[in-house]
Amino acid sequence: MDLVALLAIQVLYAIASLALISVGLAIIFGMMRVINLAHGEFLMLGGYAAIVATSHGISIWLSMLVVAPIVVGIIGVIVERTIIRFLYGRMIDTMLATWGLSLFLVGLTTAIFGNTTVGISAPLGSFQIGDYRTSAYTLFVIAVAAAVLGTIFAVMRWTRLGLIARGTMQNANMAAALGVNPPRVYAVTFGAGAALSGLAGAVLAPVSGVFPTIGVAYVAKSFITVIGGGAAVLSGTISASALFGTINQIATFVTTPVFGEVALLAAAIVLIRLLPQGITGRFFRRGL
Amino acid sequence: MSGRSLNLLGLLLVGVVGLAFMFLTPRLAELDTVLDLTVYIIMAVLALSLGLIWGYGGILCFGQSAFFGLGAYTYAITMFNIGESTLPFLLAIVLPGAFAALLGYFMFYGRISDVYLGVITLTVTLILFNSMNSTAGPEFHVGAARLGGFNGIPGIPPLNLPFHKSAVIDLEGMFYLATGALLLTYFGLRLLLASQFGRIIVGIRENERRAELLGYDPRAYKLATFTIGGALAGFAGCLFANWGNFVSPTIFGLAQSAQIIIWVIVGGRGTLIGPVVGCIGIQWLSAALGANQPSGGADWWSKIFANAPLILGVILIAFVLLVPKGLVPTAADIASFFLRRRQRQREQCGFEPQQAE
Repeated sequence: MDLVALLAIQVLYAIASLALISVGLAIIFGMMRVINLAHGEFLMLGGYAAIVATSHGISIWLSMLVVAPIVVGIIGVIVERTIIRFLYGRMIDTMLATWGLSLFLVGLTTAIFGNTTVGISAPLGSFQIGDYRTSAYTLFVIAVAAAVLGTIFAVMRWTRLGLIARGTMQNANMAAALGVNPPRVYAVTFGAGAALSGLAGAVLAPVSGVFPTIGVAYVAKSFITVIGGGAAVLSGTISASALFGTINQIATFVTTPVFGEVALLAAAIVLIRLLPQGITGRFFRRGL
Repeated sequence: MSGRSLNLLGLLLVGVVGLAFMFLTPRLAELDTVLDLTVYIIMAVLALSLGLIWGYGGILCFGQSAFFGLGAYTYAITMFNIGESTLPFLLAIVLPGAFAALLGYFMFYGRISDVYLGVITLTVTLILFNSMNSTAGPEFHVGAARLGGFNGIPGIPPLNLPFHKSAVIDLEGMFYLATGALLLTYFGLRLLLASQFGRIIVGIRENERRAELLGYDPRAYKLATFTIGGALAGFAGCLFANWGNFVSPTIFGLAQSAQIIIWVIVGGRGTLIGPVVGCIGIQWLSAALGANQPSGGADWWSKIFANAPLILGVILIAFVLLVPKGLVPTAADIASFFLRRRQRQREQCGFEPQQAE
């Protein structure tokens, strides 16, 4: 029974971390049709931002939840203004340019921070489930993921900002005719996606540590989640994270973490063969 | 000159220059230069494999290094088990080709878009990287070959002449083999692209729907192109494992995959000479930047210029934004612009325009 509870928490954690690392990418891809291959590096920068802020005496909660998203969000806006905006409508070129950006950022952080792992210890300690102990930080990550997804839903559904964003993504010309400035919407959306990636990277930094090439560990999983989810940002991310997180965690539990990742990929390839439009291409079509 | 004879002249030029390079270099250059050149040339074969599937097939594969690495690992593993290189050599081509066919089946028959295709191929590469990295323990072995995890597999036995186990190919022989392989690949691909198959895959790249309405199945043609590209990359991987007698999981890494893309985009898509030029140029540049540090090894120099990801990233962004066609097609555009202008001027001056033959 305790084992079941533990496994349930583990599965929930796998789902939450997948959703967390994917949601920034999902927003940028789902709303702007831009594939951001530097996504993993945005997560990595979030981790560094949190660690640098913490080492300068800012409280760990403040650096993770406030400093990291703001720093990476600003970087995101700069990237959108200097690179991405010249490439709208040229999806392949955007991918290539953001891949170049990804390499550039890896090189830059290696030059600044060195090729070593830095970490912050996870706060909150651990708690007991029957005979097992598990980190309380796990629950915090789950809570953050839930809060982020809830906030996105609320903003998109009930605020004027969300309305403008959705309208621009559906038909930019019509939105422009109604007095919206699409370039600014794109810049803000890209910045918001980057900020969420920064938040995710910072929240996961105590779990994994941070090093310049950590983006590689994230990028494959988050892409698979976004593609598996399909066009709808929120319901796609949630459904794909739930599916892949469960598969990953159960395979990890039965065998090894590496095999868990292989199972995740295999599941994703089969899913894309069956549902080329992603999960939301067929189910939850009316979702956000 | 008409386009056709220009084409033949180009082919002849490549053949003569290639053969001269192949036979003169070992006589004129030091052995270590020859050794460096060998790896450039092996990588050029890899660049051609992506040049085919991306430049002509229109399939953006971000994971060409998956097939390259698979070829290298296949060769290494079977070589330790068999000890005679004929079968390992063939397997290093067939296995990556078969893997490409399987992956391609899921992607092309699933009719996923170009962008998803890029992401999936990238993901496959990363998964191979992660799984190979975690095979460090002695329990991970295939027959007599230990996989070695992140340490890689050292001491891979070199190729020998087919069925002659003792006739091992030496370093100079390796140079001849690599250069010969590159020339063979180049001319083989030219032949392939001049055939009906080549015309059809270019037609599909230009307009998939139209090709389909004309009765060609784009899925099958793309699958075939992808498989050929995978096998070719595996072949390059086999040569690479031979060159260094060593293979490690970094061969699957993101930096490796990115490099292949950069070679092709710098050299130019839709040409075959472009990827070769891009590949050799970029490799030479990274080697030069890494080696030519100012005396005393100023720290900022090594941090910025000997920093391969940083430089490659800047090159990639710059080419996508500023020279999206790549060097060779851009040079051809500029050349034809001046040629046409000269011809116009001649006509205006009252010279009789030369009769096209």
